[in-house]
Amino acid sequence: MLVFIIRRMLQSIVALLVMSVLIFVGVFVIGNPIDILINPQADQAEIARATAALGLDQPMWIQYWDFLRHALTGDLGRSFSQNVPAVQLILERMPATVELALCAMLMAILLGIPLGLVAGMKPDAWYSKTIMAGSILGFSLPTFWVGLMLIMVFSVFLGWLPSTGRGHTTLLFGVQVSFLNWDGLTHLMMPALNLALFKLSLLIRLTRAATREAMLQDYVKFARAKGLPMRRIVGVHVLKNILIPIVTVIGLEFGSLIAFAIVTETIFAWPGMGKLLIDSINVLDRPVIVAYVLIIVCLFVVINLVVDLMYSLLDPRVRLAGARA
Amino acid sequence: MTARLLSAAIIIAISLVPAAPACAAELVVGLGADVTSIDPHFNNAAPNNSIAEQIFNKLIENDARQNPKPALAESWRTVDELTWEFKLRRGVKFHDGSDFTAADVAFSIERPALLNSPSGFTVYTRPIIEKTIVDPYTIRLKTATPYPNLPIDMAGLIIVSSKAAKGASSADFDSGKATIGTGPWKFVRYVKGARIDLARNDNYWGAKPAWEKVSFRLITSDPSRIAALLAGDVQMIEVVPTADFGKLKANKDITIFTTISNRMIHLHLDSNRDKSPFITDKAGKPLERNPFKDARVRKAFSKAINRNAIVERVMESLAIPAGQLMPEGFFGVSPNLKPEAFDPEGAKKLLAEAGYPDGFGITLHGPNNRYVNDDQIVQAIAQMLTRVGIATKVETLPFSVYVSRGNKLEFSAALLGWGVTTGEATYPLRSLVATYNTAKGLGTWNWGRYSNPPMDALLEQALATVDNSKREKLLQQATELVINDYGLIPLHYQVNTWAARKGLSYTARTDERTYAHEVRPAP
Repeated sequence: MLVFIIRRMLQSIVALLVMSVLIFVGVFVIGNPIDILINPQADQAEIARATAALGLDQPMWIQYWDFLRHALTGDLGRSFSQNVPAVQLILERMPATVELALCAMLMAILLGIPLGLVAGMKPDAWYSKTIMAGSILGFSLPTFWVGLMLIMVFSVFLGWLPSTGRGHTTLLFGVQVSFLNWDGLTHLMMPALNLALFKLSLLIRLTRAATREAMLQDYVKFARAKGLPMRRIVGVHVLKNILIPIVTVIGLEFGSLIAFAIVTETIFAWPGMGKLLIDSINVLDRPVIVAYVLIIVCLFVVINLVVDLMYSLLDPRVRLAGARA
Repeated sequence: MTARLLSAAIIIAISLVPAAPACAAELVVGLGADVTSIDPHFNNAAPNNSIAEQIFNKLIENDARQNPKPALAESWRTVDELTWEFKLRRGVKFHDGSDFTAADVAFSIERPALLNSPSGFTVYTRPIIEKTIVDPYTIRLKTATPYPNLPIDMAGLIIVSSKAAKGASSADFDSGKATIGTGPWKFVRYVKGARIDLARNDNYWGAKPAWEKVSFRLITSDPSRIAALLAGDVQMIEVVPTADFGKLKANKDITIFTTISNRMIHLHLDSNRDKSPFITDKAGKPLERNPFKDARVRKAFSKAINRNAIVERVMESLAIPAGQLMPEGFFGVSPNLKPEAFDPEGAKKLLAEAGYPDGFGITLHGPNNRYVNDDQIVQAIAQMLTRVGIATKVETLPFSVYVSRGNKLEFSAALLGWGVTTGEATYPLRSLVATYNTAKGLGTWNWGRYSNPPMDALLEQALATVDNSKREKLLQQATELVINDYGLIPLHYQVNTWAARKGLSYTARTDERTYAHEVRPAP
């Protein structure tokens, strides 16, 4: 178990190094941050001063070396455009995104798995067909369009929910959260639903397919022959067996929800890290972009680790020590 | 497609939703661009300045048409060729109750140089080589060479409290610890990427705001900002997208405010090199000589462009055809220059005279996320040019990529916008069309590397002429030289737009600023 975790850590360090090089080179190729950040009133001398002040006059490999040296001490640099440490900036914005993603994932799981089970058990019933048709819509409608439509219907047309922003937040364990007060909750609902829609459809389809397969297995037939109630067959035997692929997908998708909530955050003006990333890319704020990607890589590493640990809980046949991951 | 559907939805919404009652005590405003810092000396970018200018004051401030007016300075004059004297307003208090004096001015001039900024305010403070505090309400600033633009520079520099901002970092301004100004609003809180809340300063020395509190929401997505206004979540928004302008205008619950912008959209033509990277013959083979070195070709280029069509079709009439560097009413505008008339036949004739009877091929470059409808403007121009025989391809890029390539002179013809924040002509002349010169700091953004030595001489003379009427004449002459030689091709001036729920009035500003203290209940 310990060996497994240590090996994972070593692998993730390599991943972090590779990602940091890629982003560094990528931003370098796109353009010079000074060109876009500088006030147009600046003359050549002022541009040269600003370039030197941010160390951008150095060759790329020296800039990267400086970055690495500082990164080893935990300093990923200061934001060019906001003048605060990049990591602090991202961590400040992270709770908003994590809350949104958790809320969306919860919606997707709580709705997706039951609906998928229903559709899998009775594939020909009219309600199953309705669920499947709905999931196709959830798959194929673009997020930004659904988001705008939600705003038009629930904010502009019906006036039930606030259109944008995060609303009031409450302090919980030192973190600002929205879901503990009514105003925050009303602000959270639409963006969470918008973000959940795609994952919801995915989970419905996945659960349905797995359920259909499981229902034909011998152990289900045997359980039915034994006279077990349907609730127990589905709730215990089927569900437990189909859960491994579903947990894998949930894990991966949760990472991507956090990392790529950008569209939803932009449309709903949700002050999360996705919006920070897009604003930073627009002005080539390299320290923030690099720090963001590195934090996301760490996040995926942790999520994958958790998923692997959950496998062994769900299925005793999976032995982590033997897994040469 | 999305815009269509949204528009349809807006129409339905307009007909069915009653107006949300505006709360008189608090004003909520939707802003269109991200505010990255509250530190007024860190990032010299319009969205940041717009917020800072409501919490703080400057010695001199601009009115809605960018005419300088006294603010913290009551008057200013030149003592000798090299020295400006500012008489400061008495009885002004900072938000913490301390008095504003010349020491605060001296401190604010020193502070920008201490920050490691990508876009500093040192552009305004660097010419000052010496500061003398004559008495608490008089300060003299000395420059190395005669510098008539010092008052204009001082209209760009925020005055902070020397006590509260001493040793303060940008984070101290974001948290409010150092955000002690003299302005109409006191800082309450700043949530990065989300909102800025301010409260009225009841001891303000000028006209007091009509609202007790104001909250600026950062809603950078255009359709979301409009939806927030229609839903009544915000009472006013800035930067109305042209596509939705007509629908909003027809809505009786919404009032629209517009004025001409100080932002001129233009084309730079690569006119100094012998070979230009994107100019080919009609078959696509690189051309041996650069046609833009010939002013007749540049003139043909200008004549081929139907500015009225761009304004009406692409900009939905939210622009004004441009004939020079700044719109009417700004300092240095020439009364003799008019927008180039659309004349495709004349363009063809000029091309033939210049030795290109069959035209040539070119790629026109433009940004696609910077100026209002920038990519559509470039496409429209490409079609117009193709019609007179200049086979034009189009390439549009995100501004972050575009601007770096432009600075490296990788384009043959490129679109750029220029907001004349100073309100006078030395700025666009110096930056866009003066001969590129690192030592003198001229031609910094001259992407075409256009060079006109007589114009340079006039400009340099103007930059050192303190007498206003003489300087204005010189600037008019310099502008005429550039425009008549097609040193750049002006296209149009943008129009600034705001939309508010009925019952509010706003004085639309040329400088794109959204000031909450200038929003009043409609009379």
